[in-house]
Amino acid sequence: MQTGNGKTLFDRSEAMEHSLRELYTSYGYRLYKMSKFEPYDLYLQNRSFVTGGNILTFTDTDGRLMALKPDVTLSVIKNYRGGQQKICYHENVYRDTGASHEFREIPQAGLECIGEIDLYTQLEVLTLAAESLRRISDQAILDIASVAFLSGLLEATEAGGSTRRALLGYLHEKNVHNLRQLCEQKGIAPAAAHVWQELARMYGPARELLPGLRALCLNDAMTEAAGELEALCALLDGGVAVNLDFSILQDLSYYNGLVFRGYVPGLHTGILSGGRYDNLVKKLGKKAGAIGFAVYLDLLAQLPAGERGLDADVLLLYDEGCAPVDVMARADALRREGLTVRVQRQQDAGRYGRIETMGGA
Amino acid sequence: MAGSKQWGVPDLVNIALPKGRLGEGVYALFEQAGYGCPSIHEKNRKLIFENPEAGVSYFWVKPSDVAIYVERGAADLGVAGKDILLEYQPDIYELLDLGMGRCRMCVAGPADFEDDPSRPLRVATKFPNIARGHYSSRSREIDIIHLNGSIELAPLLGLSDVIVDIVETGKTLLENHLAPLETIVPISARLIANQVSYKFKNAEIAAISAALEKRTVQEADQ
Repeated sequence: MQTGNGKTLFDRSEAMEHSLRELYTSYGYRLYKMSKFEPYDLYLQNRSFVTGGNILTFTDTDGRLMALKPDVTLSVIKNYRGGQQKICYHENVYRDTGASHEFREIPQAGLECIGEIDLYTQLEVLTLAAESLRRISDQAILDIASVAFLSGLLEATEAGGSTRRALLGYLHEKNVHNLRQLCEQKGIAPAAAHVWQELARMYGPARELLPGLRALCLNDAMTEAAGELEALCALLDGGVAVNLDFSILQDLSYYNGLVFRGYVPGLHTGILSGGRYDNLVKKLGKKAGAIGFAVYLDLLAQLPAGERGLDADVLLLYDEGCAPVDVMARADALRREGLTVRVQRQQDAGRYGRIETMGGA
Repeated sequence: MAGSKQWGVPDLVNIALPKGRLGEGVYALFEQAGYGCPSIHEKNRKLIFENPEAGVSYFWVKPSDVAIYVERGAADLGVAGKDILLEYQPDIYELLDLGMGRCRMCVAGPADFEDDPSRPLRVATKFPNIARGHYSSRSREIDIIHLNGSIELAPLLGLSDVIVDIVETGKTLLENHLAPLETIVPISARLIANQVSYKFKNAEIAAISAALEKRTVQEADQ
């Protein structure tokens, strides 16, 4: 008889949380527990970093406006006290999500590394991101890109604020036709216009595409960024597909170098997101580099469910004629055999390996 | 952990087409590009049409719902008007301008309309986000009246000063003594893709997109 180890969705998220925590702590990342709320100011000043719009707020007893944490990274940076800090976390964040505009509690696991960020540190974080994905699905994909490369391209493009936003928006949509139109309308130099369109089209294994990225460089900043991506990819061996994709870029004002996003089949959106965010650390008045990522564990519930397991191996039915001590003793005997046992008076619609009756039940 | 079972029909590229005249034209384009599905012409109550040889499956949905099916991954690809994409801002990839269903998003009103900047402009529309974006870019205060149909009626009855709506030929406007006053943006049908499908079914989606692009370029040349 099999143990009724029902893999419910709740178990899946919980099992993954344990697996990831064990992974991160094995690299010496220290588990970090933070408070559920923070003064609202912190998020107000960095509104665009906190994706997903609205924040749940309430007034504390002293009259201060507080917020239920919509994000973990800001709290981690706020508490950074210098030196090299490597932490991992499993926290619930509160955001309004998507079209339904309802607040939801989102379980998030992840890690942050603040201090001096060199090539090794980036490689370690990228390796941990790849391994996190591999533990969720063996068909996972990790997409990478570089904000530094795009900043270099924006510099070479010599466009104003609204044109920059439009260019980045179309790149995010892989919208080559509108990029072409916009470049023509705004009189953008053909060399830069060509690079924008190539980036929008570009998708595939990073190692194969990176030499081509070098050919698109228009200035030193771009060459340096492409070189950094190449160095990382040459060293990375994460057991998942690593693809180059510039459409994953997030807010350029916070991120500066490497950015990455992870995907697994069966989900309509990315399950892992991270990158280098030195700019955010600087904005909060600290002198350090930083890199980290988060895994959105709530999405695991959207993966196709495996077969629902048994509620218990044995359903033990009894009636009023049975002495409680005998019922308890029988159930204990079964549990000692390694079986899971549910005890009640009447049969129900649950799934059980077998049914055993005591007395005349 | 993620089994091979995915949303939609696994291993085929699932395509959401908009019901109606535009959708039929779009399907014809897919057919010419080598992605036909003969069962789609059969008269029955089936909702999903598959052609495993071409690796595609199609289903028809309300035009304004195509983007939702694609954004949520129930469809890998879809065809939606740029008006819908601008209004709802779905997080999808816009791969191709198919050049079909061409029209314009316009501000329209009485032909002799003169804007009085001393009071808010009353705008009736099915597309509040597009209207708001258009007027906020020029810092004009407006009062949006969100309607679901017969938008042309609004200025005739004094419900609004102008309307923001799709103009194809301008015939309906003309018959009601209205005229297009300003073009906000040209509209046409776009091929859109789910971001994650694009990654996991990349070769298939790239092939379909390239075949369609070839057809649209040919048609534009003719």
